[in-house]
Amino acid sequence: MRRYSVFAIAREAMRHHTGWERAWASPEPRASYDVVIVGAGGHGLATAYYLGKNFGITNVAVIEKGWLGGGNTGRNTTIIRSNYLQDPSAAIYDKALSLYENLSQDLNYNVMFSPRGLLMLAQTHHEVRGYLRTVHANNLQGVKTEWIGPEKVKELVPIINIHGPRYPILGALYQERGGTARHDAVAWGYARACSAMGMHIIQQCEVTGVRSEGGQVTGVDTTKGHIGCKKLGIVVAGHSGQVAAMAGFRLPVESMALQALVSEPIKPCMDVVVMANTVHGYMSQSDKGEMVIGGGTDGFNNYTQRGSFHHIEETLRALIETFPMISRLKMLRQWGGIVDMTGDRSPLISKTPLGNCFINCGWGTGGFKAIPGSGWAMAELVAKGEPGPLAAEFSIDRFKEGRFIDESVAAGVAH
Amino acid sequence: MSTRLSCGGRLIDRRAPRDFSFNGKKMRGFLGDTLASALLANDQMLVGRSFKYHRPRGIVAAGPEEPNALVGLGVGSRFEPNQRVTTTELFQGLTATSQNHWPSLEYDVGVVNNYAARFLPGGFYYKTFIHPRFAWKHVFEPIIRRSAGLGKAPIDRDADRYEQAYDFADVLVIGGGVAGLQAALVAGRSGARVLVLEQTAHWGGRAPVDEAEIGGLTADEWIRNAVEALEGMQNVTLRLRTMGAGVYDHGYVLAEERIADHTPADGRPRKRLWRIRAAKVIAAQGAIERPLSFAGNDVPGVMLAGSVRDFVVNHAVAPGDRTVVVTNNDDAYRTAILLVEAGLSVPVVLDARAAADGELPRRARAMGIRVETGRGIASVKGGKRVTGVAVCAQAGQGAVLETIACDSVAMSGGWSPIVHLWSHCGGKLIWDEVNAHFRPDPDRPPTGQDGQGIVVTAGSASGALTTDAVLRDATNAAGGTDAPEAAVPQEAPVAAIWVMPQGAGPELRAKMWLDYQNDVKVSDVQLAAREGYTSVEHTKRYTTLGMATDQGKLSNINGLAVLSQALSIDIPQVGTTTFRPPYTPVTLGALAGEARDDIFQPLRRTPMHEWHEAHDVEWEPVGLWRRPYCYRRPGETSHQAVMREVSNTRTNVGLLDASTLGKIIVKGPDAGKFLDMLYTGMMSTLPVGKCRYGLMCNEQGFLSDDGVVARIDEETWLCHTTSGGADRIHAWMEDWLQCEWWDWQVFTANVTEQYAQVAVVGPNARKLLEKLGGMDVSKETLPFMQWQDGTLGGFRARVYRISFSGELSYEIAVPANEGRAFWDACVAVGAELGAMPYGTECLHVMRAEKGFIMIGDETDGTVIPQDLNLGWAISKKKADYLGKRGQERAFLASPDRWKLVGLETLDGSVLEDGAYAPAEGLNANGQRNTQGRVTSTYFSPTLGRGIAMGLVLRGPDRMGEVVEFTKLDGSLAKAKIVDQVFYDKEGAKQDV
Ligand SMILES: Cc1cc2nc3c(=O)[nH]c(=O)nc-3n(C[C@H](O)[C@H](O)[C@H](O)COP(=O)(O)OP(=O)(O)OC[C@H]3O[C@@H](n4cnc5c(N)ncnc54)[C@H](O)[C@@H]3O)c2cc1C
Repeated sequence: MRRYSVFAIAREAMRHHTGWERAWASPEPRASYDVVIVGAGGHGLATAYYLGKNFGITNVAVIEKGWLGGGNTGRNTTIIRSNYLQDPSAAIYDKALSLYENLSQDLNYNVMFSPRGLLMLAQTHHEVRGYLRTVHANNLQGVKTEWIGPEKVKELVPIINIHGPRYPILGALYQERGGTARHDAVAWGYARACSAMGMHIIQQCEVTGVRSEGGQVTGVDTTKGHIGCKKLGIVVAGHSGQVAAMAGFRLPVESMALQALVSEPIKPCMDVVVMANTVHGYMSQSDKGEMVIGGGTDGFNNYTQRGSFHHIEETLRALIETFPMISRLKMLRQWGGIVDMTGDRSPLISKTPLGNCFINCGWGTGGFKAIPGSGWAMAELVAKGEPGPLAAEFSIDRFKEGRFIDESVAAGVAH
Repeated sequence: MSTRLSCGGRLIDRRAPRDFSFNGKKMRGFLGDTLASALLANDQMLVGRSFKYHRPRGIVAAGPEEPNALVGLGVGSRFEPNQRVTTTELFQGLTATSQNHWPSLEYDVGVVNNYAARFLPGGFYYKTFIHPRFAWKHVFEPIIRRSAGLGKAPIDRDADRYEQAYDFADVLVIGGGVAGLQAALVAGRSGARVLVLEQTAHWGGRAPVDEAEIGGLTADEWIRNAVEALEGMQNVTLRLRTMGAGVYDHGYVLAEERIADHTPADGRPRKRLWRIRAAKVIAAQGAIERPLSFAGNDVPGVMLAGSVRDFVVNHAVAPGDRTVVVTNNDDAYRTAILLVEAGLSVPVVLDARAAADGELPRRARAMGIRVETGRGIASVKGGKRVTGVAVCAQAGQGAVLETIACDSVAMSGGWSPIVHLWSHCGGKLIWDEVNAHFRPDPDRPPTGQDGQGIVVTAGSASGALTTDAVLRDATNAAGGTDAPEAAVPQEAPVAAIWVMPQGAGPELRAKMWLDYQNDVKVSDVQLAAREGYTSVEHTKRYTTLGMATDQGKLSNINGLAVLSQALSIDIPQVGTTTFRPPYTPVTLGALAGEARDDIFQPLRRTPMHEWHEAHDVEWEPVGLWRRPYCYRRPGETSHQAVMREVSNTRTNVGLLDASTLGKIIVKGPDAGKFLDMLYTGMMSTLPVGKCRYGLMCNEQGFLSDDGVVARIDEETWLCHTTSGGADRIHAWMEDWLQCEWWDWQVFTANVTEQYAQVAVVGPNARKLLEKLGGMDVSKETLPFMQWQDGTLGGFRARVYRISFSGELSYEIAVPANEGRAFWDACVAVGAELGAMPYGTECLHVMRAEKGFIMIGDETDGTVIPQDLNLGWAISKKKADYLGKRGQERAFLASPDRWKLVGLETLDGSVLEDGAYAPAEGLNANGQRNTQGRVTSTYFSPTLGRGIAMGLVLRGPDRMGEVVEFTKLDGSLAKAKIVDQVFYDKEGAKQDV
């Protein structure tokens, strides 16, 4: 892999950029691999990357039915934070955040991780108490968050209206280390690094069946033929139920549309990320200048990647109420992704009823921020066959035992 | 230079001049001008700067595909950034300012990026700014952020208002060109309910500009007749200035109407958002012309050939004196002919095709226009304005054959149907080899619930390019047969030529713009292909092609073509990116509609709302309700007010507006059986006239709501829910009744708003009611946990003896419309007793003193009734209830759960909200272990100390133990585990 740097750019500029090599190879699949990962979203690619980096397992294929990073990884609003309430969540999201902090250097690809600070507004007394609880919990978890008053909120977000007539802002949960990153770059950076380790990323190849023998996985059927494997990782987000069915088991997961939209670009007016859960909306400003806006899920199961209009409307009402100056901006583009929701809104990183077949899903509306941590934990699970401490609590069995990791406790919208 | 011609201009009214300003410069145009035509008439070709390289940019197009000419419009509370001048109607006093430059449009420092362009190819930022680690956040990103973004951010609150409206149609026609009008005529005559939307202020679209002749009439005459005919049909509605923004599932269409954009501050709403249900959508949005890719195709003065015609015919504006026409098709010859007829000079038509002998080229030659075939533009000369073109052979590498002076260039790369609305909901496209464009595949339309297509296209939107074909297609689309005839010249096919010249080297390709606004060039797309970003979505994202505010309308197809060449695959194999709503950007304010400020969400008021408002209330939002948090007398803090309210209620009598409490009637032969499933306790055996506290759990076993249930008669129960929970619980009941137990005979009604409810609470509560007079409220007649109907103070009342405070307490429900009068009566008779109203915080303190749980405080979706020592409220006699099996799971049945206890700080202080109790050691992830947390914490005026409840590991077994709780300053507070009931443990006070 040729390294990226400002010098490389200067050198290439002299020959009109004709010397750049491919970021990732486009190989034909081999007959079999040690590990096959289904799904080249952020989580699948990160799993492959840490399999190679942490465990030296590089005879790996990542199989993607469309184009890599084209699922939720390429559709999300890129909020990164680790101020989760429950211990297992805080652990894995904070692991992810600390990996994000060095990811550009690690991958030699600028993922534009931007710790611009993140605010979760409290607009009812109930919410104030909830966020205070989070701060107390985070302090014990080693996650630095703080509670700030309305004046500090206004100072961090000059365009905010803290005296709204309906839900005045009473304060906010503030995580200074939170922020955003460039979603495509995360997928591309991991893909490039995986490819450089000799792994195969096979795009436009859909997994259509899972083969097993004596309760152990042996391979997958794909639109490019059968591909054998010793171990299988299913990392397909909104399509988890479908692929799990191929492997012969069911998941406690529902698929729903989650939407987002952007405004036309304007000059910088908001540096931090703001989430307003009482009114249901959140907003940040991208490096391009677009206001990036999202809200809650559509609330009914669906696979269309479109989503309905009424949700957008609700989200905008909330945000115009919070930021009155955006009213004259225009919506440039609206889209949706299919998110995989578990009953307790926490993910699964788990063994499955099928031997040597592992699942990573259920990240729902908030898994972009988790990508490096999730890949790290999943790689360990796949490599060792048993979960490490980061993944241990996220097994499917928790639903049988009632050992939920309920994050909806803390926030209605959890991105 | 660009100027106003002395005659013509079918849309302008020369008797109605309009003054406006651009960057402070005073200018004048006419009614009927767009801001674009008015600027050009004032020789203002340079109007903006590009996004990345800050290159000087002029007007390229005449419609919504315009990528460059975006301005800041208006001032102060009516300032709007990124307004497209080609779609902005001119009005008196309009002020526009150009964007994205410093210090000025003419001299922009940001243009250094242009000179460094070589070092800033597509995606350069992914490859650099990596080291040192902190530099991205602190140095590079701030620079990038500041130089990106187009218009300025508005500062003020929007002065305008917006509305939303609904409409329904059998046939919704989107686009009011001749295709749309013809389709509407056919549909209208069939008697269908027809709605026609046109985004501009005029009917007819392009046909009059292209000098079409329809049924022996000029296009203008035919259009006038068609509109008149449509206006005469009762079943047809026509709407101008209304843009079809998006097609959603099931034929749901969103449209934005500009009502007062051109008449600001006239009192009308600025925009209206239409939500339309249509059985059939006819998308007749027309086609958009493509640029050609030659070096310098972005220099101000280079325009689309069709748009040049628009400006000349519609507004009598000539973009230049000497215009070179460059094309790969016959259509552009119309521009050459028109310009010469208008007395302007066309030094040459450069036609990239080997031959040009269609009717139009022949006519042009006959007029003496020089036509050069097999030729292209090697490069455009000029910086802020075109000064000439260097001509080359299309087949070569760009060797300059000749340089021709000119001040504008009219280019045409062919036309692409507008397929957005067709595609939003899944309509598929096919590649049309002959016309070199993607067009809707009629066999694969977006479908509705019955599997039938919900959208058809009509006219150029289907790929029909001559007026004749357009009218035939539109007639078919609407189910008709008789299309009017149109006289059309014979046109030779377009040649699929994208890059000019064919063999251009890297030097030239790096100056051929594809996405003008985002500065994406042919070389960038080729770089993306080289680096493996070969999926069209990867190319788009890597280069930002098509991600600008025109969303690729202008040149996405050109980009796809370049990509297909770079990958040596066919264009259809490359495919397109996804078309997403909206078609053109929609104002956020319009999407939000009227819901702003006070009416941002519905406000639910109890019948006593006005009284509270008039009596020093401090409000607290509870769902959509507003409840009094406390009543703050002059000079009091909220805390003091709450303390006073608690003391008065405990020692005397207090009044609470409890109207928000959820009230759901459950009735029917199976109602008892139903409630036994819903609640953990037994409700079917509750005798008529009695009340019982009940808990509801979800299937997982977690506590979701609580409240008192009253048996009204044999078949009727009234279930009280929490204030915030009423709608949710009602929906939950219906969910079970409609989806699972649909054969049970049960009816539910949410009657929360039908009753006003007043809690009269405190040792003097009975005295107060006796003063009101009426029914017997003595302990004997109306004991604790019973209810009775009667009259009080002349009001029909249902009186419940229930208590959430531990005091003698009556909750009195009266019909909602008598609520205020009843409250007034209570206040009046209470005055002599010193009764005071109290708010939610006082209620909370009192319930905490009594150790009563609060849903949302003691519960958070992870807590089961057993955790809260509420096992007594779970019936052991029942076979089942919702949540029972859930609660039997290992983790929930474990003795090692966190359970509810009271907490008393050793020093009497108040524990912090949300505090945790750390335990010894760290867990496997290095986090501090915990053994409990505070769920409710208050200062109790009754006890004169802090009291709290909390969930603590095996708490009830650890009475008397001292546990530490976190404080935000990092220190710890010590608290003793005690019984959760702090006040009147025996319950003597409520049962008197
Ligand atoms: C609108 C929106 C906003 C969001 N905002 C945020 C946010 O702000 N912050 C945050 O942290 N998270 C956010 N999320 C959530 C986040 O995007 C996801 O949790 C995360 O990207 C999931 O990554 P993934 O790799 O698991 O899934 P994906 O990126 O969806 O990848 C799964 C891949 O599997 C492939 N696949 C599926 N089936 C098959 C098959 N049979 N064979 C082969 N391949 C298959 C898919 O094509 C896809 O590429 C948001 C999501 C959406 C939709």
